[in-house]
Amino acid sequence: MRYELRRSDSRDLWAAGAVAAVAVAATAAAVALATRRRPRAIEKRRPDMPTLAGGRGSRVDRTVTVMRSPDELYARWRDLTRLPELMSHLQSVAPVGEGRSLWTARGPGDIPLTWEAEIVADEPGRLIAWRSVEGAEVDNAGSVRFTPAPGGRGTEVKVLLSYAPPAGRLGTAVASVLGRSGDQEVREDLRRFKQRMEADEVATAARRHGEDW
Amino acid sequence: MRAVCWHGARDLRVENVPDPEIVNPHDAVIQVTSTAICGSDLHIFNGVIPTMHSGDIMGHEFMGEVVEVGPDTRTVKIGDRVVIPFTIACGACFFCRDQLTSLCDNTNPNARMAEALYGFSGSGLFGYSHLYGGYAGGQAEYVRVPFADIGACRVPERLTDEQVLFLSDVFPTAYMAAENCGIRPGDTVAVWGCGPVGLLAIKSAYLLGADRVIAIDRWPARLRLAESDGKAETIDYEEIEDVVEELKQRTGGRGPDACIDAVGTEAHGTTLDALYDRAKTAVRLGTDRPIALRQAIQACRKGGTVSIPGVYGGLLDKIPFGAAFAKALTFRMGQTHVHRYMRPLLEHIESGRIDPSFIISHRRWPLSHAADAYRMFNDKRDDCTKVVLDPTR
Repeated sequence: MRYELRRSDSRDLWAAGAVAAVAVAATAAAVALATRRRPRAIEKRRPDMPTLAGGRGSRVDRTVTVMRSPDELYARWRDLTRLPELMSHLQSVAPVGEGRSLWTARGPGDIPLTWEAEIVADEPGRLIAWRSVEGAEVDNAGSVRFTPAPGGRGTEVKVLLSYAPPAGRLGTAVASVLGRSGDQEVREDLRRFKQRMEADEVATAARRHGEDW
Repeated sequence: MRAVCWHGARDLRVENVPDPEIVNPHDAVIQVTSTAICGSDLHIFNGVIPTMHSGDIMGHEFMGEVVEVGPDTRTVKIGDRVVIPFTIACGACFFCRDQLTSLCDNTNPNARMAEALYGFSGSGLFGYSHLYGGYAGGQAEYVRVPFADIGACRVPERLTDEQVLFLSDVFPTAYMAAENCGIRPGDTVAVWGCGPVGLLAIKSAYLLGADRVIAIDRWPARLRLAESDGKAETIDYEEIEDVVEELKQRTGGRGPDACIDAVGTEAHGTTLDALYDRAKTAVRLGTDRPIALRQAIQACRKGGTVSIPGVYGGLLDKIPFGAAFAKALTFRMGQTHVHRYMRPLLEHIESGRIDPSFIISHRRWPLSHAADAYRMFNDKRDDCTKVVLDPTR
């Protein structure tokens, strides 16, 4: 049901925005249209973010404001087994005991990627942070922080993900899963999360059930 | 069902397509009884709105009877006679709560496209390209209406379709344009464009207390309507040398207190800058032809307000921003927050203070001949100001 940007749309958007920019020295619009923020390298240690050893890896960092209380939003994230409903690169998260869980992501060619992770910070209504356990093939970490927006205008939900792909073919696979569109995928995930929490449904222009849209 | 489908610039076809159904829990499906062609549909007709796909269903001014409701709807009921706002709003986000429903956060499934182009996304719109969500439009026998409780406005049986249909877009659009002028008693308001929005903006400006309205257009039939029904003074811009100077002279050298650009991106003009815009958009070096907007900025009195219901899409060229700054102008604009205006304006119609049906030039036109109606409206043939389509024919 998810809408994929069609080639004609990119071309149309390009025409609408960039064409004007050609006349104005091909700058502003072209930049706005063409740039996708790339995951940045991790620069420094952050108190709310378990960093990867040696500061390796890439990072995705996205914030959205949702008109719900921090507690309601926290509750929705805290049930790790339901995390795949919120983060589309995940297939399943299953508890394996001792505060650990087995995470499975969609890999290229439907080959699942798995790793074990543990919760490293859990502050009700404020913060959940997790990271892969020592020796996991896919070294990665993430957190979600809930901060009341100024003026009682909802809650700012900030998601940070970082991942350090291992070397070799597996590394390529990981990079293609997590880095495929890292930033854009998290952005869409957060958009759907916001829609569910505020409007109680995810927007679709489909005219009929199951319509490919 | 039959629907008006877009297949390219100036290529519309009435086709048989599958009926819509309830997809999301807050949906309703309505059977359309009346559906109009909007001036902004002509931008799509002419191929200047990006991200249209072959087969997209046109139309965003429609009303009808509710024939199906989703499991989570509360107020809307099967059998209700309703008018549907062209903007789709969730009713729950920050912007909806602030009654800025055309800026709803949660109804554009393709928000990423709007964000790529504009940095942010507004609400989804019916029948207005994939940039605005790709929702099927209302020039059809049936329409799926998301968030029906929030949008659908029930209308009394004693009012005709023609009286209430324009609550879907042009009446609220015109009214918001006039309201955006911040009209005070004694004010003079100038209105560029005497199409449906311009004509209703004239009426709305008087409703809100304007002393004088001056309307600008070049089509005799429209100027006549502005005078007869709107009680406006008029300027035929093809008959005079300089609209800005004419307005200045007619307002004692001061300029109108507020200026409404009810024309938008495909303006025509007789001046040098108009020729420049035509040439540039023709070879796709520019996206808009903001002639009316330039004149509005130049004509507006110092400290006045420029209100822009006309639609713009891209980067505008040669806008006299220095003049706007020097005169300390206020700018108000945007897609209409239709939801906010429907019920108060319905009261105006019920009380008889206004009957928006005076803008209709072509009544109960068969949907099957919609393509002809678009051509006629676009070319302003047969004194066309507004076509209402009959989906049963």
